[in-house]
Amino acid sequence: MSDIADRVKKIVVEHLSVDEDKVVEGASFIDDLGADSLDTVELVMAFEEEFGIEIPDDAAETIQSFGDAVKFITEAA
Amino acid sequence: MFDLKGKNALVTGASGGIGGEIARALHAQGAQVALSGTRVEPLEKLAAELGAGAFVTPCNLSDVDAVKALPGQASEAMGGLDILVNNAGITRDNIFMRMSDDEWQSVIDVNLTSTMHLMKAVMRPMMKARWGRIINITSIVGVTGNAGQVNYAASKAGMIGMTKSYAQEIASRGITANCVAPGFIETAMTAELPENVQTGILAGIPQGRMGTPSEIAAAVAFLASNEASYVTGQTIHVNGGMAMI
Repeated sequence: MSDIADRVKKIVVEHLSVDEDKVVEGASFIDDLGADSLDTVELVMAFEEEFGIEIPDDAAETIQSFGDAVKFITEAA
Repeated sequence: MFDLKGKNALVTGASGGIGGEIARALHAQGAQVALSGTRVEPLEKLAAELGAGAFVTPCNLSDVDAVKALPGQASEAMGGLDILVNNAGITRDNIFMRMSDDEWQSVIDVNLTSTMHLMKAVMRPMMKARWGRIINITSIVGVTGNAGQVNYAASKAGMIGMTKSYAQEIASRGITANCVAPGFIETAMTAELPENVQTGILAGIPQGRMGTPSEIAAAVAFLASNEASYVTGQTIHVNGGMAMI
């Protein structure tokens, strides 16, 4: 697994207090990992900080799963 | 009680009677304060009076870009932003039959829309800190209505609904949002009222007197404190019993 995926996973695990093995490619933050809509905003804030990037609101709305996040950040970083 | 040491507060409308007293009260409890308003001179004077921990951050609240930039400026000056007091407000009174679109819009823009922008701009840092206080100064007329103030009453009622919704969204993050609703308070605004109007107003106040800005500031200091952590989405009415809601 890439370095980016590891770092994203660490953030998700910490923020949502979920088991690491649940954070898989297609895992939806809201449907599978128990996030509420505010959690998804906070995850995006945490990604921005960790990777030193800016994720605009319209892009943030497309980041619904762990896989989405890794893909977006890989392309942006 | 109500110790605000280590907290940083932004107060809009700090050049006015109530806003100035709110800044004094928060500063007296140990908070650093950023004083905002359009008129720089009274802000400088208040900052000089308060001494250390008081900063002047002027802002024209009808300028959207300036409003959006204000929290960042205040945060930079103080080293953080934990408490937001939306106190600034204007009136453009007229009977509704004669109220112009501009009289309506300017009051909504300054009183309601600027408050919305400031509340939004402080969310991120407050969410990260898992602590924040939003205190919106509304008015008794936002609840009771008042002839000649359709625009002002709408803006103040809007603040109450906005505060309640915001409070629900953000409650799990340690951020509270509340309103303080003054009744008639001794300020430059009420001093201008003709004597017969003042007498009429006093007749409707069970305590028989107008309130003082410090009585509003005391409610704000409470809501800003850790002690008020379980109070959110509420409106504290400070009106001498004029309306009991």
